[in-house]
Amino acid sequence: MRPERAQWPVIGVISIGGVLGAEARYGLAVAWPAHPGHFPWATFVTNAVGCLLIGVLMVLVTEVWVAHRLLRPFLGVGVLGGFTTFSTYAVDVQRLVAAGAVRTGLLYLAGTLLVALVAVYAGVAAARLATRPRHRPVEAARYGGRESGS
Amino acid sequence: MTVLLVALGAAVGAPLRYLTDRAVQSRHDSLFPWGTLAVNVVGSFLLGLLAGAVAASAVPGAVMALLGTGFCGALTTYSTFGYETVRLVQERALGYAALNVVVSVVTGLGTAFGGITIAGAIWS
Repeated sequence: MRPERAQWPVIGVISIGGVLGAEARYGLAVAWPAHPGHFPWATFVTNAVGCLLIGVLMVLVTEVWVAHRLLRPFLGVGVLGGFTTFSTYAVDVQRLVAAGAVRTGLLYLAGTLLVALVAVYAGVAAARLATRPRHRPVEAARYGGRESGS
Repeated sequence: MTVLLVALGAAVGAPLRYLTDRAVQSRHDSLFPWGTLAVNVVGSFLLGLLAGAVAASAVPGAVMALLGTGFCGALTTYSTFGYETVRLVQERALGYAALNVVVSVVTGLGTAFGGITIAGAIWS
């Protein structure tokens, strides 16, 4: 797993982005502490917001911008990857169940999953809508629509 | 101090996720996101182990900030897991999408529970 030389800038920006994302997650967790047996709102909101933003980001870097090669590693892999967390989600569920809040645990388990996936979709859809060129309907009519034309 | 420990852990955890994903993804041809699954499962196990150790007062809170909030938090990801699942749906690989959700949740939670149980058995 030894990275080649060209990989170092990518690894560097992922590391910096990861620190920024993790600090934002930590800040939110400190400001909004989860009490034993209660719904872990800070982690839930962190993961939902991170999923919304990755949806927006991926449309921007793959469909809209001609992005710098380090932008996606920095923001997507670093900041958003460091901000969101799967391990805390898993341990949160265990803690809720262990505290006897089985229903809250199941609600958190399924709720995070559902909201996260819907948030990715919403981010993708919102970014496409916001960046859609105004002249596209004319172009679509001329070329018979985007789907059949591509 | 805690802020610094979180930063140190995340500075290592995030690039390690990237390198693991690349190493895993280069070893198979399927659409299935094995790389993200691997980091999420390993990170969930480690955080479970840590949570159990902290609960048994076997390690100080500073270790949790460094390895838990920082390292495991940055090693694992929900945004990439969510994005890759949605991508699989959009590519009409519905079976893989469903499998990714089920396997990630079951193995992630299973290893977190296992980690806490093992830590409890060692330190209590």
